[in-house]
Amino acid sequence: MSEEYNFAYLNEQTKRMIRRAILKGLAVPGYQVPFASREMPMPYGWGTGGVQVSAAVMTEGDCFKVIDQGADDTTNAVSIRSFFERTAGVATTTHTGEATVIQTRHRIPEEPLKEGQILVYQVPIPEPLRFLEPRESETRKMHSLEEYGLMHVKLYEDISRHGHISTAYAYPVSVEGRYVMDPSPIPKFDNPKLGDCPAIQLFGAGREQRIYALPPYTQVVSLDFEDHPFEASKADHACALCGAEDSYLDEVIVDDAGGRIFVCSDTDFCARRQEAGHAGKDAA
Amino acid sequence: MSDQALLSVRGITKRYGAHIGCAEVSFDLYPGEAMGIVGESGSGKSTLLNCMAGHVAPDAGQVIFDTAVDGPRDTLQMSEPERRMLARTDWAFVHQHARDGLRMGVSAGGNVGERLMAVGARNYGEIRASAAGWLGRVEIDTDRIDDRPSTFSGGMQQRLQIARNLVTGPRLVFMDEPTGGLDVSVQARLLDLLRSLVRDMRLSAIIVTHDLAVVRLLADRLTVMKSGHVVESGLTDQVLDDPQHAYTQLLVSSILQV
Repeated sequence: MSEEYNFAYLNEQTKRMIRRAILKGLAVPGYQVPFASREMPMPYGWGTGGVQVSAAVMTEGDCFKVIDQGADDTTNAVSIRSFFERTAGVATTTHTGEATVIQTRHRIPEEPLKEGQILVYQVPIPEPLRFLEPRESETRKMHSLEEYGLMHVKLYEDISRHGHISTAYAYPVSVEGRYVMDPSPIPKFDNPKLGDCPAIQLFGAGREQRIYALPPYTQVVSLDFEDHPFEASKADHACALCGAEDSYLDEVIVDDAGGRIFVCSDTDFCARRQEAGHAGKDAA
Repeated sequence: MSDQALLSVRGITKRYGAHIGCAEVSFDLYPGEAMGIVGESGSGKSTLLNCMAGHVAPDAGQVIFDTAVDGPRDTLQMSEPERRMLARTDWAFVHQHARDGLRMGVSAGGNVGERLMAVGARNYGEIRASAAGWLGRVEIDTDRIDDRPSTFSGGMQQRLQIARNLVTGPRLVFMDEPTGGLDVSVQARLLDLLRSLVRDMRLSAIIVTHDLAVVRLLADRLTVMKSGHVVESGLTDQVLDDPQHAYTQLLVSSILQV
C-alpha cells in the first residue's frame, strides 16, 4: 500500500459525507440523494461515481472485484482494480463468490449474489426522466409527487415506433411502488435480478452528483403495459465457449468474412463453467 | 344548468410589487357555461387565468371548484399533489402557443395518451385507440398518429393540444388566447371545433382573449377587464351590443367592421 494516500484514496471527511448519502439512499430506496462528488483521477464516464462509492464502503478486510460490461479483464476494470490495490491495499479477485465489494459497469454478475456482498454500479445518467423532461426542477417535482405518467409515454413511443418495447438497457423500474429509478445501463436481461436481491446495491453517478440505493430484498418492478409485458431478453444462442444457455451473451466478430460467435458477457461465470468441464461448440 | 356553481372565484388579487396584476375579481361559473374574459394587453386577464388554474399563487382570494369526489373545495388551499391531480383530470389548460402545451419530441399519439397514462392507464391498445379516436374528433388524420407535432401546421398543433387536454374528459377548460397566432380561416375552423366540443361534452370554459369575435362565438357571458379590475360583465351579446362602461365602448368600437 502506498504511503501517500489515505486508505482508499479519499480523505475521511469525504468518505463520511458519501456514507451519509449512501445511508440516506438505503433509507429511501430509489431516491436520488445529491452528494458533493469529488474530482477523481480518471475522466467522467469511467466510473467516478462508482469509485467514490466503493472507496466509501471499503474496509481493509474486503475483497474487491471490478467488472466492465461483465468482463474482469478490460481496461476500465483492470485500472480500477489496480487503483484500489495501490490506494487501499485490499485483496482483489475476479470470482464473484469471493468478492465482498463488486464495482460494476453495466452488468449484474450471473452468479447469484448473497448476503454480505455490496454491488456498486457506475451510473452515467441517474435521472430516468431526463430525456423526456429536461428541467431538473420539474423532474424533482415529478419524483416528489410520484407523477410517472411520462415514463410510460416513453414506452408508448417505443411500441408505436417499433411494435414492441425497444428499450433494451437502462430499462426503468419502480422501487417499492414509489420511486421510478434508472438501474444504470444494465441490459434489461438483468432487471429481474435487481429485485429481492440479498446483496446491497449502491448506485453512484459522479458527474451528476447523485447516489441511490437498493437495500437487500427490495421490491423492484420493471415498468410495462398490460398488453406489452416486460420481457428480459437476450440473444437467442448458447455461449460458444461454455455452452450456457441462460446467461447474457456478447456478440463477437471473429473474422473479416462475417463470422461471429456469441459468448458469455460475464467472463468469470464463463471461465468457471469451462473449468467445470462445460464446453460450447467453439471451445478450444 | 344546475344551481351549484362549478367554479366560484372570490376576491382574487395578485400584485407584482406595487403594480396590480388583478384586483378583487369575483364571479361564478356554472356547469356547461363558457365565460370570456377580454381586455387589452396588460389588463390582468392572463394573470387572473393563471391564478385560477393554479399556475400562479394569488395574494388573496379563493378559487372554489366543485370537485367530483369531495364537492366544493378551495383549490388554493389544496396540497400541490391534489391540485396537480385536478389539473390533469377535471381541468384542462389550452395554451396560446401549442408548443407550450405539447411535447414536441413525442408523437401525436403519445401526446394525447400522456394524460391517460398519468392517471394510470396501462393498456397500450386502449390508450392508442383512445388517442386515435380523439385525433379524429379534432379532425387530424389518424394516419398521422405516429408523427411528431413538429411536423404539424400551427392549426393542427393547436387542435392536437385540444385533443390532448380533453382526452380525460375534463369538466372545466381554461383557454389562453386559443386562436392567437393562427390565420383567419384556421381560426374559424378551430372556433367551430371548439364550439361543438364545448356543446357536446357540456364543458365549462373560461376563455381569455383580446379577440372579440372569439368570445362572440364561444362565450355565454363576458367579463371585461382593465388595469386589473373588472369593469363590466354580463351576457356576451348584451355587453358587446350595448356596452355601458367607457372602456368597453372603446373596445367594441375599435373593431373594424368589414
